[in-house]
Amino acid sequence: MEELIQILEGCCPDVDFEKETALIDDGILTSLDVVMIVGELNEAYDIAITVDALEPENFNSAEAIYALVERLRCE
Amino acid sequence: MITNVLTYLKRAAQTAPEQCALADQSQSLTYGQVWRTACSIGGELHRRLKGCRNRPILVSIDRRAAVPVAFLGVTCSGNFYVPLDLTLPEKRLRDIYSTMKPAAILLAAAENAPLPFAQCPVLSMADLPDEPDYALADRTIAEGLDTDPLYCIFTSGSTGVPKGVLVSHRSVIDMAEQFTAAFGFDTTAVFGNQAPFDFDVSVKDIYIALRNAASVQVLEKPLFLMPKRLIARLNERRVNTLIWAAAAMKILSALRTFDSVRPLYLRQVMFSGELLPCKVLNDWRAHMPEARYVNLYGPTEITCNCTYYIVDRPYADDEILPIGKPFVNSGVFLCSGSEEVTAPGVIGELCVRGTCLALGYYENPEKTAEAFCQNPLHSAYPERIYRTGDLAKRLPDGNLLFVGRADSQVKHMGHRIELGEIEVAANALPSVHYACCLHDAAREKLILFCQAEENDSKALLQQLKAALPDYMLPNRVVFLEQMPANRTGKIDRALLRQQYINNKE
Repeated sequence: MEELIQILEGCCPDVDFEKETALIDDGILTSLDVVMIVGELNEAYDIAITVDALEPENFNSAEAIYALVERLRCE
Repeated sequence: MITNVLTYLKRAAQTAPEQCALADQSQSLTYGQVWRTACSIGGELHRRLKGCRNRPILVSIDRRAAVPVAFLGVTCSGNFYVPLDLTLPEKRLRDIYSTMKPAAILLAAAENAPLPFAQCPVLSMADLPDEPDYALADRTIAEGLDTDPLYCIFTSGSTGVPKGVLVSHRSVIDMAEQFTAAFGFDTTAVFGNQAPFDFDVSVKDIYIALRNAASVQVLEKPLFLMPKRLIARLNERRVNTLIWAAAAMKILSALRTFDSVRPLYLRQVMFSGELLPCKVLNDWRAHMPEARYVNLYGPTEITCNCTYYIVDRPYADDEILPIGKPFVNSGVFLCSGSEEVTAPGVIGELCVRGTCLALGYYENPEKTAEAFCQNPLHSAYPERIYRTGDLAKRLPDGNLLFVGRADSQVKHMGHRIELGEIEVAANALPSVHYACCLHDAAREKLILFCQAEENDSKALLQQLKAALPDYMLPNRVVFLEQMPANRTGKIDRALLRQQYINNKE
């Protein structure tokens, strides 16, 4: 989780990923942030996040993103 | 001859009153309704402002179909509109307000932040009576000049103060006519509007649609975070024309959208704002081969675009798309000093002449004189040209190729940014001694170098947020013990670039 937070903060240094729980719903992340995050996660964890996974419930919090990454790593 | 964009609207309302003009997620407006509402807004503004004309009216915007209707309402009153995104930092809003000194503010957005600095009347679109003043619209059409301003759109300014580009009816009418002639738009076009209404890319959607009694589907921002929903919307609403920022096309491609879903009705895909990498273009073309792809070039100061290139052959991923040739009635030439550059391969500054030129920067005679100047190629008669600051060269086949900037303006994620504006904002913070901002184009990052009392990047970015729009916030802050200086004592930008950008990886 710590490593994930580091990656996320590397993408968006002004966002508090430990606290925010509505990253998408509150419009905190822009589409370009999402592009950057997806790119970094794909590379760091050797996964392929497809558009099917790009739903608010998977990106609203660092925990949700963590769960998504874990799910994809098991596949 | 058409001299006012309202004539387009009136014509569409007469010939196609039931046709969908503007729609968003939850609302759809016909040309009949848009005409009626615009004339109601115009009438109320005319009464409240005692018939003033050619004065600025700020219009708060969001991503809804009602916003362009508010623009047309302002136009009907004989005044011009200034789109205003109230989510911008208060400092920027104040700067725009004090530059414009508007006659009124029209709240067209669904939610509006308070405007503590507003001294003028503030009207809410939701409270306006439904009493269309059609006679007023006819008077505005009859008495207005095509050289009167239609809108003012703000762009980044290197001195820290944004510049308001003032554009006339005539330039917009010319743009709509030339686009229609070049690409064959008609009433069956359905535009998928991606660009915000304070960005001149959206001017094309609105006025080409009006010109042709076509439809605009306003796509709300969150759709671009969830491309599957975006594509579903495009298909559900049968969107067939995209005039987008290249940045938006890159997003869909980067998220590998077309591996799972794809738009089904696309006829034309036009893009501008920055160079679209051929890798991205090829991804679009591979999945949507039936569409025509057009690279558009031009700054806000020449009313959207002055050159275009229809992609007419395969491009390798590492080739560079040309910006093409000028539209009919736009003049484009390359200049080096006061000499014209005509030989292929020689780099010059791209200069533009013709009806497409903006009227100038509002309340800014110095910047206007710098950028809009006498044609350097002759002094026989007064002829204004616009110096874009963009460097280009001519290819052997006559097409133009963009090669870079003559100054420190950059394109970052589709936005035009003066690095100087970011530096001014950083230098204004009490803890910062020296600040220098560089753009890492390859990684699409803005990097701010600071010599400061406290090395806390989160706090610094929080403070910058109060002065700069989100898209201008640096992606990375590097704190230095000592800012490197060159021999003349200026910050050594080349050295910083060498050490932190070119040296990485």
